[in-house]
Amino acid sequence: MTPAGWEAVIGLEVHCELRTRTKLFCGCRNEFGAPPNTHVCPVCLGLPGSLPVLNRQAVELAMRIGLALGCRIEPSVFHRKNYFYPDMPKDYQISQYDEPICVEGALTLPDGSRVGIVRAHLEEDTGKTSHIGESGRIHGAGYALVDYNRAGVPLVEIVSAPDIRSAQQARAYVAELRGVLVATGASDGRMEEGSLRVDANVSVRRAGSDVLGTRCEVKNLNSLRSLVRALEHEVARQVGLLEAGQPVVQETRHFDEDRGVTVALRSKEEAFDYRYFPEPDLVALAPEPAWREAVAASQPPLPAARRQALAELFGAARLEGPRAEQAETVLELGLDALVRAAAEAGVDPALALARTANEAAAQAEAARQVDPGAYVALLRMEQEGRLSATQAKTVLAELLQHGGDPADIAERLGLVGLDRGALASVVAEVVAAHPEEWSRFCAGEEKLAGFFTGQVMRRTRGQADGKLVAAELATRRAAEAGAP
Amino acid sequence: MSLAPTASAIAAAVRSGEVRASEVLEGCLEAIDQVEGQLGCFVTLTPELARAQAEAVDAQVAAGAPLGPLAGVPVAVKDNLCTAGVPTTCSSRILASWRPPYDATAVARLVAAGAVVVGKTNLDEFAMGSSTETSAFGPTRNPYDPSRVPGGSSGGSAAVVAAGAVPLALGTDTGGSIRQPAALCGVVGLKPTYGAVSRYGLIAFASSLDQVGPLAQTVEDAAALLDAIAGHDPMDSTSLPEGVLPCHRALDRGVAGLRIGLVRELVEAEGIEPGVRRRVEDAAEALAAAGATVEPVSVPELALGLPAYYLIAPAEASSNLARYDGVRYGLRVDGADVEEMQARTRAAGFGPEVKRRILLGTYALSAGYYDAYYAQAQRVRTLIVRAFERAYEQADLLLGATTPTTAFPLGAKVEDPLAMYLSDVFTIPTNLAGHPALSVPFGTDDAGLPVGVQLLAPALAEPSLVAAGAVLERSAPALPPPPVAASWRLGVPR
Amino acid sequence: MARLARIALSPEELDRYAQQLAAVLEHAAQVAAAPTAGVPPTAHPFALVNVLRDDEPRPSLDPAVVLAEAPAAEDGRFKVPPILGEAP
Ligand SMILES: [Mg+2]
Ligand SMILES: [Zn+2]
Repeated sequence: MTPAGWEAVIGLEVHCELRTRTKLFCGCRNEFGAPPNTHVCPVCLGLPGSLPVLNRQAVELAMRIGLALGCRIEPSVFHRKNYFYPDMPKDYQISQYDEPICVEGALTLPDGSRVGIVRAHLEEDTGKTSHIGESGRIHGAGYALVDYNRAGVPLVEIVSAPDIRSAQQARAYVAELRGVLVATGASDGRMEEGSLRVDANVSVRRAGSDVLGTRCEVKNLNSLRSLVRALEHEVARQVGLLEAGQPVVQETRHFDEDRGVTVALRSKEEAFDYRYFPEPDLVALAPEPAWREAVAASQPPLPAARRQALAELFGAARLEGPRAEQAETVLELGLDALVRAAAEAGVDPALALARTANEAAAQAEAARQVDPGAYVALLRMEQEGRLSATQAKTVLAELLQHGGDPADIAERLGLVGLDRGALASVVAEVVAAHPEEWSRFCAGEEKLAGFFTGQVMRRTRGQADGKLVAAELATRRAAEAGAP
Repeated sequence: MSLAPTASAIAAAVRSGEVRASEVLEGCLEAIDQVEGQLGCFVTLTPELARAQAEAVDAQVAAGAPLGPLAGVPVAVKDNLCTAGVPTTCSSRILASWRPPYDATAVARLVAAGAVVVGKTNLDEFAMGSSTETSAFGPTRNPYDPSRVPGGSSGGSAAVVAAGAVPLALGTDTGGSIRQPAALCGVVGLKPTYGAVSRYGLIAFASSLDQVGPLAQTVEDAAALLDAIAGHDPMDSTSLPEGVLPCHRALDRGVAGLRIGLVRELVEAEGIEPGVRRRVEDAAEALAAAGATVEPVSVPELALGLPAYYLIAPAEASSNLARYDGVRYGLRVDGADVEEMQARTRAAGFGPEVKRRILLGTYALSAGYYDAYYAQAQRVRTLIVRAFERAYEQADLLLGATTPTTAFPLGAKVEDPLAMYLSDVFTIPTNLAGHPALSVPFGTDDAGLPVGVQLLAPALAEPSLVAAGAVLERSAPALPPPPVAASWRLGVPR
Repeated sequence: MARLARIALSPEELDRYAQQLAAVLEHAAQVAAAPTAGVPPTAHPFALVNVLRDDEPRPSLDPAVVLAEAPAAEDGRFKVPPILGEAP
């Protein structure tokens, strides 16, 4: 939480690894987790004489991201950003500088707040360095090992305006952005694999002020959790300094996961000189209007529109409370289409949303592959009482694992639900066998509902739907009360 | 007149079965042996590779298979072009033992055309120089006077062709590095249009200026080599999609009706030797006699070429040469941490000229100076491009000297960078514009040293250059054979 | 400059290069004086645009060939002395 009387001013730079088959400038595979230095060639190793050639699909994904964020797609130029670092094969990074491909957009968050997007540009990733030695960290390492499989993987760097006012809003921004990136097919969204990496520019000021304070850049925010922890710590640290009458020093800081604090890396007073200049080995990029329009026309639905569509299932403008949380879960996992399909087939949207956000979400990967027709059929069986909730969950687990027709699965597992008539006669038998308990229940002893349900379950060997049993009991009691 | 068998004569003899490629090769290797000790043209000789390539050609001949246009022709390759498995050093300590895993496109196309690669020629370190003296492996000497430089940076390629030991060689030209040594050694050198020949596998010096091209004994051979290596390459984003028209067909086209501008700034410049200037005027007369209209033109902006070049080229070089950092390949000098290792490696691995240019380029790109130096040089580049456009409204081709002076003594300019840079003053503007240009030998100065005259053309007008170059070649005063020359013939008497 | 260019130079070398660079930069002053108001820069001799490659994998190099050129290697990776700082 931001300390009272203070306001945080946060801008985020999100590096998104693009889901292309090959790297940005060469034909090596863009694939996480391969043995070291197996996806390298003269180009991405920076061997003398090699030259870059731009990947069309990376450009297309960058355009998709830009269009999804409401940016203008502009003619752009690649520059070289010169600095020495062993994970960078050419000792310069090919990036975009003053003429990026996407400029000026915005992202609206689920709570309705709006974060400006300054730019989104294409650039190449670096290799991966491992520090070897006692500590396994930079300090105290004996030596380092470098793997260039990641070198040259396409990145889009998305730079937000300093419009974010709290760690929680930063979290919401990254979560929403991740949803957009996954929806467009640009990213797999796996922060734990480094597919999305976040740097934050943070400053604080007195609430109500419109002066910008001195900012620090915090690096290494590689999960939503560390993003929140790091920002809360950094905001509190800066407020603490200012309240103690000390200045905030402009610098780059690194988030130490273990200790939960940000630590200074180097001072920006000695600003690094990257000596940017136009990359002479590449030509200008100016996607022709037809290409741009084709990309725009084939944009998949984005999270905001899909969120809206879920709300509409409930006849609401916006979902609130637990239902909103369920909606976020299915959106994040890309399962909202299942909910919509079920609701359109007449399934109660609350049931469709609950099953999808809980049981299906628990096996999201399988749920994304499931045949929507079978999924909808299963929810209908549950809704019509042909399966109890428990039975429906069992069939769903089987359906997600092996596929198939839910009716066949239910039959194979011997899970045949009782229809309403059969259930009513079982309830009648139970009531007849326990007249004393029944009159106490009719007199208002509610806990006896459990007793009767248990009896029904015993007679049906668990095949009855608990909710239907409760409904039947209530109907019966009401009928008796009404007929003296 | 050529000293040694020309490429076209060799290709014809191999094609007709008069001589085997392997015999040609052995003659060539012996010829190299005769002069190499005195001239130092090669960094690496590749006789085994060459023998395998020659045998492959002979097998094609024996099988009646189709032959490439350069079948059986020995070629020498400048050592800044990658050759798979063969050391490619750029004449630098930092790459002294590096073996690339791939061939440069130009080399691969040569071999596909049937050429036989006999070795890698010496150059100024990373092609930075005009005398081949900055090579880490010692200088190459001029066959016309071994106490003089062959020019640079393609000095090894120029000298070995001039000495008649190898008929054809690949060079590279960033600011004159094909044409200037061609002029100083008395051979033909052609710098193609930027993008006409792929740069893939050419170790970059200044990426927006570098271009691969031929050095040859005759204009015909230069045209044949260019035809073999030119053409679009998807591995080079700056490779022109349309490509150059075949040049060999233009050889006999002549110059009748062509308008040729004699460029005042490439003839009357301060520092030009009278012997050189006289030869250029003779060449102009020869072209006029052959039916061209020769008119004086003035392109004052050309004077801005040299200073603009000495900002742009070092700037690009400072970035291109950053990768030599001791991490992935090449030299490493150890250090306590990676930064120290890199600084020591680069201190030990680069020679003084390379360090000078890296420092200059780093300066020109640095934050406070970028606009005054690098960006301003690029605007001047535009002025030069426009000036050429205007000149080519009046003329189809331009004519001038290739260099202000003939070959100078070894050591004369190494300690004075500016004086050395001035020897490229006539060749540099072409590179900035991306245009093609040809240097043709045209007699000697009073001391008997070769003089080169330069023909300049708009983009992709190589065929016109070849046509006019062939006319100049036919009308040039005879060039005496150099004192250091190989003697060899095609293996079998006709 | 020497630090940005990452070249270890002795004080004598620094002196010599400083003098030589000053001479070249003096020559370059002609560039500064050139009439370039309103003139756009030329980064490329020819203004090609949109040179693109299809997203099709091509074979990578054999790691043994790649690492054979490395000054030092371990576990399939390039080995370097300790890295003291983060990338700038
Ligand atoms: Mg970046
Ligand atoms: Zn690669």
